[in-house]
Amino acid sequence: MKRFNRLLAAAAAFLLSLSPIAAPAGAAPDAGDWPAVLREARGQTVYWNAWAGEPRINDYIAWAGREAEARFGVTVVHVKLSDTAEAVSRVLAEKSAGRSEGGSVDLVWINGENFASMKRNGLLHGPWAEDLPNFALTDPAANPAVREDFTVPVEGYEAPWGKAQLVLFHDASRLPAPPRSLPALLQWARDNPGRFAYPLPPDFLGSTFLKQALIGLAADPAALRRPVEADRFEAVTAPLWAYLDALHPSLWRSGRAFPASGPALRQLVSDGELDLAPAFSASEIAAAVLGGELSDSVRSYTPDGGSIGNVNFLAIPFNAAHKAGAMVLADFLLSPEAQARKLDPQVWGGETVLAVGRLPAAERARFDALALGPAGLRPGEQAPVLPEPHPSWMEALERGWAGRYAAR
Amino acid sequence: MLRFAPAATAALVAGPILAGLAGVLLPAFGVLPALGGDAPSLDPWVRLLGQPGLARSMLLSLACGLATTAVSLAIVLAFLAAAAGTGWLSWARRVTGPLLAVPHAAVAVGVAFLIAPSGLLARALSPWATGWRQPPDLLIVHDPLGLAMMAGLVLKEVPFLLLVSLAALPALDPARRLAIARSLGHRRATAWLKVVAPGLYPLIRLPVYAVVAYASSTVDVALILGPTSPPTLAVAVLRWFSDPDLSLRFMAAAGAVAQLGVTLAALALWRFGEAVAGGLGRIWLAGPDRGIAERPALAVGIVAMSAVVLALGLATTGLALASVSWRWTFPDLLPDGFTVAVWGRTLPGIGAALAATLWIAVPATLLSLAAALAVLENEARGGRAGPTWLLYLPMLVPQLPFLFGMAAGAETARLAPGAGLVLLGHAVFVLPYVFLTLSEAYRRHDPRWIMLARTLGASRARAFWVVRLPMLLAPCLAAAAVGLAVSVGQYLPTLLLGAGRVETVTTAAVAMASGGDRRLVGAWVLAQAVVPVTGFAIALLLPRLVWRGRRGLRDGGA
Amino acid sequence: MTHRLHLDGIRIALGDVPLVAVDAEVGPGEVLTVMGPSGSGKSTLLAFLAGFLDPAFRATGRVLLDGEDVTGEPAERRGIGLLFQDPLLFPHLSVGGNLLFGMPAGADRRGRMRAALAEAGLDGFADRDPATLSGGQRARVALLRLLLSQPRAVLLDEPFARLDAPLRREIRDLTFARLRAAGLPAVLVTHDEADRPTWGGTAVHVGAEGG
Repeated sequence: MKRFNRLLAAAAAFLLSLSPIAAPAGAAPDAGDWPAVLREARGQTVYWNAWAGEPRINDYIAWAGREAEARFGVTVVHVKLSDTAEAVSRVLAEKSAGRSEGGSVDLVWINGENFASMKRNGLLHGPWAEDLPNFALTDPAANPAVREDFTVPVEGYEAPWGKAQLVLFHDASRLPAPPRSLPALLQWARDNPGRFAYPLPPDFLGSTFLKQALIGLAADPAALRRPVEADRFEAVTAPLWAYLDALHPSLWRSGRAFPASGPALRQLVSDGELDLAPAFSASEIAAAVLGGELSDSVRSYTPDGGSIGNVNFLAIPFNAAHKAGAMVLADFLLSPEAQARKLDPQVWGGETVLAVGRLPAAERARFDALALGPAGLRPGEQAPVLPEPHPSWMEALERGWAGRYAAR
Repeated sequence: MLRFAPAATAALVAGPILAGLAGVLLPAFGVLPALGGDAPSLDPWVRLLGQPGLARSMLLSLACGLATTAVSLAIVLAFLAAAAGTGWLSWARRVTGPLLAVPHAAVAVGVAFLIAPSGLLARALSPWATGWRQPPDLLIVHDPLGLAMMAGLVLKEVPFLLLVSLAALPALDPARRLAIARSLGHRRATAWLKVVAPGLYPLIRLPVYAVVAYASSTVDVALILGPTSPPTLAVAVLRWFSDPDLSLRFMAAAGAVAQLGVTLAALALWRFGEAVAGGLGRIWLAGPDRGIAERPALAVGIVAMSAVVLALGLATTGLALASVSWRWTFPDLLPDGFTVAVWGRTLPGIGAALAATLWIAVPATLLSLAAALAVLENEARGGRAGPTWLLYLPMLVPQLPFLFGMAAGAETARLAPGAGLVLLGHAVFVLPYVFLTLSEAYRRHDPRWIMLARTLGASRARAFWVVRLPMLLAPCLAAAAVGLAVSVGQYLPTLLLGAGRVETVTTAAVAMASGGDRRLVGAWVLAQAVVPVTGFAIALLLPRLVWRGRRGLRDGGA
Repeated sequence: MTHRLHLDGIRIALGDVPLVAVDAEVGPGEVLTVMGPSGSGKSTLLAFLAGFLDPAFRATGRVLLDGEDVTGEPAERRGIGLLFQDPLLFPHLSVGGNLLFGMPAGADRRGRMRAALAEAGLDGFADRDPATLSGGQRARVALLRLLLSQPRAVLLDEPFARLDAPLRREIRDLTFARLRAAGLPAVLVTHDEADRPTWGGTAVHVGAEGG
């Protein structure tokens, strides 16, 4: 009889797990009243939808989850995405279905076109970000970049989290003097076919490389700060396609196959199949070198004239079920402790959005103590940051690329 | 109550499959209320036909399905012919178990490391034989003809077909047949091919069809080794299905139906091939030739099988080495340093994924085992067998279209995606394998045992629990091990029914396998193999332990 | 305790082909020998008597045990025991476990089991693995197992066929002696005339000769 009861209990639990997610009601938490937010957040489970293509980042997110649980009683579930747009379409679908509460996405790691799309369609909760206790540490007055996302004003709808600036990295033992401009890259590739590659768009790194090339090649870069105009798209991007048409035959595998992602590029450089490749940040390369993923002779650099850089953010959908927990998590991720650990090349090597120089001495010491390794670039060594084009360009470029170079 | 077992189990299996069929046919013709599709239309098909490279994708899938099966079958038959009557057979019996334990994705990753331009084979030959100081720029992995993908599949299907053949052979009394044929002047391997193989094929027909179905519709192996521009049809459909642009779902559904068509076409072509081969075979059988197949069979059989085993071994060793290596550049054959740091970093994640994997695999296997036992016991008691063929359906259908439909159906029924749904999905796909493994032993169990037990006063239930089940411990454990291995290796069910929220070792391994730190991939791939290998080890060792005082059952038979 | 077995108008057919026809009464300690060539339906008769008749056969008639009609009873409630050609000792149970398997509830089952073993010259065998016993020992344990389950009638399906000659006579004599002492009616199926008990008992022929 006891066996039967236990079976019943198990069956009931199983059936319950099949039922739709319960929708807790309640007014949105006011970030201005932080103690109330903390109280409400305790015991919540935050579904943090974040791109999962980089194992170090996944490990960091796992750590953040453990800390959030221990310090704030907030359980974090990392919903692994291969493309942030998946979360966008999920929230969109929920809105179309009339689900304005108890949504399945609580926090999204987001920027660029995805943010623009969510803001435009009223899919975001906010404003809330500037009320976070740690927001002030980013020194927004001196760093206006944290208030702008690919030319679109943030207006408190997302909280800054990290920065990235496109770099190129190379194995100095095989390639001591890498090309520092786009024409030089093309020439070098022709002389050394099969030694350079960029990831398959719409991988974020691949698309960013396309944007970098477009900025460098476009006749009128200012046009990129404005939304795409369909009738002028071809004209503006013509130099880019011409460049790629010339470059592709000299790419790895003659452009017939593309590496899937940034980590794939690193493995290819490590294996000796590539001499040169793009990456998201210098500190990420430094982390790879320290971790044994890349050999000690690998160095990174920014091309002459600067490279694209951007800030990435965390946003809360309008119908998130656990807004308070999401805010608490976002604030923790913005704390000096979390940001320093993020920057630590032994952990991730992700750039910080905090104004390190203006932190209190104790907090600043966390950053100064970090050993960036031989491949790291100190803040002064980085070249100028080129601003991102308007988000509509990314989508248009990806479609254009797919039309020209995908399935042949 | 046991009378309802066959019907209930058939419903458990056929229900989701039928639901899946409906769930994919409807959107394929434009009907999906959740996305605003109310009226049937041919629009999804129009869009599908407009996709560049569609014909090539379909052709790739079809060719791969047929070629993989043909090559695998040829290797297995050639090996069995060459090994007939020698000690190689018992060696093969022992080796297939562990070989089967490694999941598809793991094998694919291992093969990628083996044959890539910067892979183990190239390193072994460089620079002394090839002169390469850098890896050559050759498109081997992801080659446009799908040869790398077929290689990966063959490595996995050969042990599978070998296992089912070895299980079926005893019923044919091959030794006696061979003796007769040889006494009539045929040479050994030729004799085997002429008198045993024709009897063997009908017994393994079902698993062969399963291979055709799988090879023509696989996603995980195609993602890791298959062509990229254009990919196989299944991969393309998966991409459309996962595309954030929800309007692509209709086209994806049409693509899934097309995939179903491709698999059916492959099966039909294979059947046609069977008839042709049968005809040609009969001509050969009646002819005067006594040994023309001898050398080729011996060569192909022994060389190819050894190559398969060697490749699997090298691939696994290579990945194991990679997971503890520090830096391993081309053309070094061994890493230049070792570290356990990678394992240290990944263990928490692996632990969590393994836990999730087991939370699904163990209940799904137990459920399937219970269902299989119920159906078999009912049959043994003389109950009507019912449509047992339905139980094999999940083995034969291409997973993608039906999972697509099941996921869509679950969405419409407002069932939250998650571990519960994934568990059900796994149980459906695990059942045929568990049933296949167990039914052989069950049907061969001497019915006199039960008769004796009952005349000694035991009710049917007591006879089952106290006599039959303990005596069948070894086969039950073997079936459970197979079930566990199948569940662990499932990729699409976990991905689609869990909506990306359930991470098992296999989904993680496939995600990593697209290219990344090989050390991490190695660690995850080995983690993938842990559960099935442990399962098979337990199935092998536990009976020996339990029956250590009972010689009659120690070797698994009565 | 004595028992009587009455085979009343038993007719078994496979499709339209009649196979077996038996009318007989078997008293306590008596043996009804059923003889015939292989495939003639002897084992089918036993299956019918025990309660395991394959649905492919059609059977009419009654099986009466001590006057009680057990034809419709499930096999485990008939009280009819079986002895096969092979001893078929359950390999996963010890010798003692085999003996205890069919013993009805009662006082001191284990004690009675050990006493029975001692009496049969198998003292101390209770914990042994059946696979370690000799052929003769196994046959004796199988017989003990049958008797300890306190059947009301016994069916013997060529039980001595696998034993070699000297053992065969010994086991045969032992079996019939025990059955007679227990007052059990028995139906013996065999194709060997020598198996018939020395004191006679009725014989029935099935198959080519009879009907």
